[in-house]
Amino acid sequence: MAKQLYWENVEVGGEVTPLSKVATTRMLVKWAGASGDFNPLHYDAAFAAIQGVGSPIVHGALKRQWLVQLMTDWMGEQGTLKKFSCSYRAMDWPRKMATTMTPEAGETWQCKGKVTKKYVDDGQHYVDCDIWIENGKGEVTTPGTATVILPGRS
Amino acid sequence: MLPEEITKFIGQSIGVVACEVEKGSIKRFADAVDDPNPLYWDEKYAGKSRYGSIIAPPGFFGWPVNLPRGMTFQRPTDISDPPEVTENLRAALAKAGFGRVVDGGIEYEFFQPVRAGDILSAKSVIKDIIEREGKTGKMAFVIIETAYHNQKDELVAKARATAIYR
Repeated sequence: MAKQLYWENVEVGGEVTPLSKVATTRMLVKWAGASGDFNPLHYDAAFAAIQGVGSPIVHGALKRQWLVQLMTDWMGEQGTLKKFSCSYRAMDWPRKMATTMTPEAGETWQCKGKVTKKYVDDGQHYVDCDIWIENGKGEVTTPGTATVILPGRS
Repeated sequence: MLPEEITKFIGQSIGVVACEVEKGSIKRFADAVDDPNPLYWDEKYAGKSRYGSIIAPPGFFGWPVNLPRGMTFQRPTDISDPPEVTENLRAALAKAGFGRVVDGGIEYEFFQPVRAGDILSAKSVIKDIIEREGKTGKMAFVIIETAYHNQKDELVAKARATAIYR
């Protein structure tokens, strides 16, 4: 795992280590099972078409969880995720599968973040970030914010 | 202006749902995200960490713990208040022309880690229902606030979820 990040080493304006994700129909099935969200909007082509989204779309909460991982990876094991928010502004569609294990060629999503503020409050070292997911075209589909508590060196 | 048949739901409690946090559920959840963090997977590793045991990823609430009726694999005995509130609100919204719903987003504040074996209870309230104008026409934003407690009655997290009806 990556080296632990300390509050002193974070700069306002600095980047959160980006995280790549590929949504596939297979991943959506796993997410439905793991999360209990069995909305057919995410697996039934006919239903999705009737709902006006074209074809099954990526669950918002799955994208949320990608962004959570963006922060938990970056903050390290000694970090704590304190606050989190995201909005599912635009839809994302998963890649279909080419084989039982590998997806077709297609878009890759990038989870990114930027430090907006760092401060100490009641002895804890906080870092606020803007976070977002870009689709394969670089469009932001899922903007959000996060606050982590990092260990301090002193 | 949203009709009173809809706005009367503001302030109503959706009920309390209890759920045991299972190691297998945590692993399936982490696998679905493709998150290899050993705190979710590796008992030995997690045991030596500051948590002392396997933990659930932050965000292991919402769907696994606090599910709208009809989209859940929880048995009815896990729900301690009648589930009709959500169904009745949905029906009232559908009658007013807001028949489709999508998840609009979520805000969390985290207070305690969630460990495998914890029993989480989620108590939700319909905080607000707001009418908004969008590209495809009028929408109703339903804001639901949820407080999650563990078996020690510690506040584990708070969530504010937006469901967009159109």
